[in-house]
Amino acid sequence: MGDHSHGSPSTSGTVATAGQSDVEKFQDPGLPPHRPRRADKDPRAEKRAERQVAILFVISIIGTVLFFVGYFGIRLDDTIATLRLQNFTLGMGTAFAMLGIGIGIVHWAKTLMPDHEIVEERHEVRTEEDRRDAEQIIGQVLDESGISRRPLIRNTLIGAGVLAILPAIGIFRDLSKDLNPDVLRHTMWDAGVRLTRDPSGTPIKASDVTIGSAFHVIPEGLNEAEHKLEEKAKAVVLLMRLNPDELHVSPGREDWNYNGIVAYSKICTHVGCPVALYEQHTHHLLCPCHQSTFDLTQECKVIFGPAAHALPQLPISVDDEGYLVATSDFHEPVGPSYWERG
Amino acid sequence: MSASTDTYVPKTRVGRITNFVDTRVGGSSIVKEFGRKIFPDHWSFMFGEVALYSFVILLLSGTFLTFFFDPSMAETHYTGSYIPLKGVEMSVAYQSTLDISFEVRGGLFMRQLHHWSALMFVASVSFHMLRVFFTGAFRRPRELNWVVGCVLLILALAAGFTGYSLPDDLLSGNGLRIIDGVIKGIPLVGTYISLLLFGGEFPGTDIVGRLYVLHILLVPALILLMIAIHLFMVVVHKHTQYPGPGRTESNVVGFPVGPVYAAKAGGFFFVVFGILAVIAANFQILAIWDYGPYDPSPVSAGTQPDWYIGWVDGALRLMPGVGEFVIFGRTVSLNVLVPALVPAGVLFTLMFAWPWIERWVTKDHREHHILDRPRNAPFRTGIGVAGVVFYSVMWAAASSDLIATHFHVSLNDVTYWLRALFFLGPILGFIVTRRICLALQRKDREIALHGRETGRIVRLPHGEFIEVHEPLNDYKLYRLVNFESPEVLPAEPNKAGHIKRSEKLRGSLSRFFFEDRVAPVTPAELEAAHSHHAEVEAPAEKAEVGGR
Repeated sequence: MGDHSHGSPSTSGTVATAGQSDVEKFQDPGLPPHRPRRADKDPRAEKRAERQVAILFVISIIGTVLFFVGYFGIRLDDTIATLRLQNFTLGMGTAFAMLGIGIGIVHWAKTLMPDHEIVEERHEVRTEEDRRDAEQIIGQVLDESGISRRPLIRNTLIGAGVLAILPAIGIFRDLSKDLNPDVLRHTMWDAGVRLTRDPSGTPIKASDVTIGSAFHVIPEGLNEAEHKLEEKAKAVVLLMRLNPDELHVSPGREDWNYNGIVAYSKICTHVGCPVALYEQHTHHLLCPCHQSTFDLTQECKVIFGPAAHALPQLPISVDDEGYLVATSDFHEPVGPSYWERG
Repeated sequence: MSASTDTYVPKTRVGRITNFVDTRVGGSSIVKEFGRKIFPDHWSFMFGEVALYSFVILLLSGTFLTFFFDPSMAETHYTGSYIPLKGVEMSVAYQSTLDISFEVRGGLFMRQLHHWSALMFVASVSFHMLRVFFTGAFRRPRELNWVVGCVLLILALAAGFTGYSLPDDLLSGNGLRIIDGVIKGIPLVGTYISLLLFGGEFPGTDIVGRLYVLHILLVPALILLMIAIHLFMVVVHKHTQYPGPGRTESNVVGFPVGPVYAAKAGGFFFVVFGILAVIAANFQILAIWDYGPYDPSPVSAGTQPDWYIGWVDGALRLMPGVGEFVIFGRTVSLNVLVPALVPAGVLFTLMFAWPWIERWVTKDHREHHILDRPRNAPFRTGIGVAGVVFYSVMWAAASSDLIATHFHVSLNDVTYWLRALFFLGPILGFIVTRRICLALQRKDREIALHGRETGRIVRLPHGEFIEVHEPLNDYKLYRLVNFESPEVLPAEPNKAGHIKRSEKLRGSLSRFFFEDRVAPVTPAELEAAHSHHAEVEAPAEKAEVGGR
C-alpha cells in the first residue's frame, strides 16, 4: 500500500493535507497490554460463568415450553382478551427462547472464550500487475472484436439495443384497459340525482338539514353501482347548512345553494384525502392528512395548508318531494390536480 | 483408482469430515480464509448487524404470512370471528389479514413481529449509515459500498411502503390515495402512470395484487442481491477500525471469526430476535380491525404513517398551497411536486455523491481504513447533523397536528415554525455542531497537554493553590493525539496557469470547511507544556485556530 498508508506512523507516506511531518508525530505505543478477566484468573469465577451460560440456555428451553403452552393451552373464544393473552404468551415464549440462546452465547463468548486481540495485516485489494494484465486483456478483447474499428456495426448494435428495450416497456400498456384521463372529469352526479346519506343511501330532505348540521353524502344508487369504490372516491360530498347571510356567493353560482344549504366535494384538492373535519363555529373544513383548510363561507377557498385550489361545489336544489337533488355534475374535476385538468 | 488419490491421511474425526468435504467441494480454502479472519469490535458496528438480522426475521415472518394472505381485492362479506365486523363488505385481502389476526394461532404475533421488524430494519439501516457517515468509513476504497448502502436504504423504504399498503384497511387505502395524488401531480405522464398503476381509476381492483408481487418477490430479491454485494465488499476491504494504539492503516485488530466473533454475532441474532419478540408480544401495531376496510369517504384524524415515510409526508404538509398554474391548458402542481421530489432529491443526491464531494474538496485520494472520531472531522460532522436536522424537521412536520393537540398550540403556528426551521435548522445545526466538535478537540488538546484533572488541590509553600493533573499513559495519550486535521487548500492554477471556476469553488469550500481547525498535539508541544507550564498556553492557543 506504500504511500496510501499514511495513518501508520512507522511508514513515511506522502502527506497530502496534514500540516505535520512524521517527525512531529507521536510514536504508536502498540496494543495496550491484555487485562485478564476474572474467569481467566479465578477457577471459581470460571465455573460460575459456565453455570450462568447453562442457566440462560435452560431459560430458552422454558421459553419454548411456554410457547407451546400458549399455542395449545389457550382457546380463542372470539374475544380480544384471549387473543391478547395468546399473543403475549406466544411472543414472550419466543422472546425467552431467543434471548436465552442469544444472551447465553454472547455471555459465553465474553467470559470464557479468549479475549486476546489479534492483529492481522491488510492485503491490497488488488496488485498493480493484475490491473495491467486486465487492462491488456480488455484491450485485446476489444481489439479482436473490432468494435472500435467498425463504427457501423457498433452504432447499429446500439440502435438495435435501445429499440429492443421498448417492447419490455410497451408490453405493460395493458396494465390499464382504459387510459383516457377524461374519466376523472365525470362523477355519478347529474341533474336530478338525489343526495343520500353515507353509507346507508337514504335520501335527505331539505328540512332535515338544520343550520349548523353537516351530512356525509353519496349519490343515490352508489351502493348498487358496478364500480362502487371508484365512483365513491370521486363522488363523496359534504353537505352543510349556514345562515344564507354568511355565504359569499359569486356570480353564476346564485342557484347552486338551497336556502343556505351547500354541497362541496369531500375529496381534498391537494392529494385526495377525505376532508372530513368540519369546524362548526368557524365554518372551516380541515383535511386531517395535510391540514389544508377551506373556508365554507368563501366557497371553500383555501385559507391554509398545501392545497392550491378550492373544493368544487356541487349545484343542488330540491325535487317535488322535498328531497335534495343535484342540478348537474361538478363543473370542474374533483380531487387532486393532474396534467390534463386544465 | 485414479492417480490423483490423496496422500493426506486424516487422523482425527474433524480431519475425516474436512477431508470428505474438501475433496468434493474444496471447502478448505474458505475455512482458511474465514476461519480466523479478524473483525474489529465496537458497539457502533452493531447497527449493520441489527439491520441484517431484522431482514432475516422479516424473511422468516413474511414467508409465514404469505401462506395465509390472499392479495385479492374481490368483494366479500366478513364471516370470521371478530363480531363488530360481521357481514361488513370488504376485500378478500382485508379479510385474509383479519383471519391471520383472529383465526390463525400465532398469526397476530407474526404480523406484529413482521411489522416491528420492518420498522427496526429501516431504523437500523439509517443508524448504520449515520455511523458510516460520521466516522468517514465511506472514504476510499469503500465509496461503492456506501452507494450500495444508499440503494439499500431506498429499497428498505420501498419494501416498507409496499407492505404497508397490502392489508387494504382504511389506513393503507388512505396512504395509497396520497400516493395517487402525488403521482397525478407529475407533469405529462402522471395521470397515465396513475391509471396504469391502479389498472384504471383509483382504487380499482389491481393495486394490492401488484404491490404484493413487488413486496414479496422483486424488492426482497433486490435487497438480498444488494446485501450480498455489500457483504462481499466488506470482506474484500476488510472492516474499518477506530483509531487507537496498535491500530494502523495496514492492519486489522480484533477478534477472530472462530470462535469469538461467530459466537458474538451469531448470539446477537438471537438477541435481536428476542427483543423484537418482546415488542411484538407487548405492543400492538396496526390494529386493522379498529380501522375497518378501505372506504374513500371516512378518515381518522391524527393517524400517522410508518415512521420512515413521515419525512416525505411532513414535506407535503410544510409546503404552502402555492405554485399551481395552468399553462397551454395543462395543469402544473408545484404545491405537490416540489415537496414530494425536492427534499428527497437533495438528500439522496448529496448522500450518493458525498464521498466524491469530500474527496474533491480535500484532494485526499488516499485509502482510509482507520475511522475518524466524529469530533476530529468537524466539517463533516456538521454537514451530517445539518442533514439530520433537515430530515427531522420534515419528520416532525408529519406530526404537526399531534404536536398542536398535545401541547395546545395553534396548528397553523406549528406549521409556520416548522417552515422556518426547515430552512434555518440545518444551518444552525451545522454551525453549532462544528463549534461543539472544535470545543471537544480543544478539550482533548488540553487533556493531552496537561493531563487528567484529579480533583486533588494542593497548597504550595508560598500559598498558591494548584490542582494536581495526572499525566496520561502512552496509550491514552496516543488516542488523543493520533488524528489528522486537514488544512485549507486554496485554489491552485492548472498547468496553463489558469484558475478554473470549479477550482475556485473548491478552494472556497475548502476554506469554509477547514478555516477553523484544531491541530493535534505534537511531541514538541507536549515537551514544552511539561517543562514550562504557563508560558506555552498562549502560543498553543494561537496555533489551534488558524485563519481567524
